[in-house]
Amino acid sequence: MIAVLIRRAASALAVLLGAATLAFAALELIPGDKVAALLGPATSASEQVKAQIRAEYGFDRPIVVQYLHYLGRLVRGDLGDSYQLSRPVAGLLAEQLWPTAQLALAAIALAVALAVLSAVVTAGRRAGRAVATAWELAAVSLPSFWLGILLLTVFSFQLGMFPVVGGEGISALVLPAVTLALPIAGMLAQVLREGLEAALAQPFAVTARARGLSHTAVRVRHTLRHATVPLATLTGWLTGSLLGGAVLVETVFGRPGVGALTLQAVSNKDMPVVIGVVLLSAVVFVVISAVVDALYAVVDPRLKAG
Amino acid sequence: MTTFSPARAVPVRRVQWRAGRLPEVAAWAVLVVVAAFAVAPGLFSDLSPIAIDPAGAMRGPGAAHWFGTDQLGRDQFTRVVHGTRPSLLIGLGATVLAVAGGALIGLLAVVGMRYAEQVLMRLVDILLSLPTMLLALLVITVLGEGSGNVMFAIAIAFIPGYARIVRAEALVVVRSGYVEAARALGLRQSVLVVRHVLPNALGPLLVLATVGFGTALIAASGLSFLGFGAEPPSPEWGVMLSEGRNYLSTAWWLGVFPGGAMTLTVIAVNIVGRAAQNRFTRRAPR
Repeated sequence: MIAVLIRRAASALAVLLGAATLAFAALELIPGDKVAALLGPATSASEQVKAQIRAEYGFDRPIVVQYLHYLGRLVRGDLGDSYQLSRPVAGLLAEQLWPTAQLALAAIALAVALAVLSAVVTAGRRAGRAVATAWELAAVSLPSFWLGILLLTVFSFQLGMFPVVGGEGISALVLPAVTLALPIAGMLAQVLREGLEAALAQPFAVTARARGLSHTAVRVRHTLRHATVPLATLTGWLTGSLLGGAVLVETVFGRPGVGALTLQAVSNKDMPVVIGVVLLSAVVFVVISAVVDALYAVVDPRLKAG
Repeated sequence: MTTFSPARAVPVRRVQWRAGRLPEVAAWAVLVVVAAFAVAPGLFSDLSPIAIDPAGAMRGPGAAHWFGTDQLGRDQFTRVVHGTRPSLLIGLGATVLAVAGGALIGLLAVVGMRYAEQVLMRLVDILLSLPTMLLALLVITVLGEGSGNVMFAIAIAFIPGYARIVRAEALVVVRSGYVEAARALGLRQSVLVVRHVLPNALGPLLVLATVGFGTALIAASGLSFLGFGAEPPSPEWGVMLSEGRNYLSTAWWLGVFPGGAMTLTVIAVNIVGRAAQNRFTRRAPR
């Protein structure tokens, strides 16, 4: 058990270190003067300021020293300053995290609910299969930004049911969450339905049915649990990827958040912020992987032994 | 007792086969039209995709303008048709680059030294832990904006996924009897990989690349929508959506048709890809 924990922690650390190294390499790869890249394209800083930055980042020292110095700053939670907004990146991320977390959590909850509903209703039924395949295919093929534009056109502009831009509260969250959720729901429903169909073909499902349980009861109480492990894996991975999807969805709906911050940073070549978002996403990935691992043990007692 | 006549069973089977193939046939039809749009847009509309006509601005869809006109009076149908090529090219180029890069890394991991494999696959794992969209944006921050850079960015973001698939496929092939036989015959490692491992891992890879092409199309248009790829006045579909987004309250058609064209294309690509996938797994069960 302890060995497993140590191995997990080591692989989590490897992912974080890898992401940090990748970010460092990206900074190195930017063509031209690094000091200019850190200062931004528009600034006309004096030589004195440039020299100060050079000393602060240690650009005059060997690259290995710079790398270790950079890692040391990360460990202390110092992600550097955004030159565009002249503020610490860590603070910016912390500010923008909550709106995006709300959006992501609402989207993932909605997607899982839709997927479970669709899979339970359609799995193992001939007609259900055709309907399920069709909507799953449409959902995974929809570009999220177009779906967002369609929803805005119909529900905000034509019907006036939801705010057009930004806004606060539940009503402002509905359309962005649906937009982010639908493509994911398609993927989850597909995996869950295949899992359910595999479980339904097993002897225990037949036995449960023979004991007099209804079709739905067999699905909900018995086979759903079996299909949950692949669902949890995929859900975890997709939750991490929502940070990427949020860039588009927050743009379409004019919402604040990490996605909007990222877009602004990429447009302005604000490298410290972009690197901060990449590192944040690596942390999110590690945390979610740990949660999913813990979930496995709850859902499937067989995995606890191994 | 009547004997069972197989002749009666056959037509029923054939009808079923046809009904099951209907989506695939429709998907191929869509792809043929899309390809024709991309190759020869001039055949489908004699208007210019960028010619401005302020007097005819913001017309709704009708007989004169099937998809309506935009804020500058440009015919939206013409723009959607002419936008096919730039929209597809970035996704296609990115997929080709990603498949080539993924094949290279995946094969190197299989035939290389043990610790080269460790390093390469660790790197792939790290890249896979980051959202592809974010990875693409990181690359764009480094390389700068523009269609070519967006293509590279998407390719780099997609390489890890392909690398992992190639490695998995190649491992199966490497352990198979005929590769062992070829090795026993004294073939060099490089010849072995190029002549035996690569061709046998290529089939599943190409099938997956079809579905991956659909995803790359969406990513490319998304990045153009955000303003990093194609630029106005290009009729690229993501750019059209980004422009049309400002007029949603008065001109719904500007938001509907370019995205509809994109979605229809991706659905068709996915149907064809999945059909190929099914046929492939049925032929070679593992």
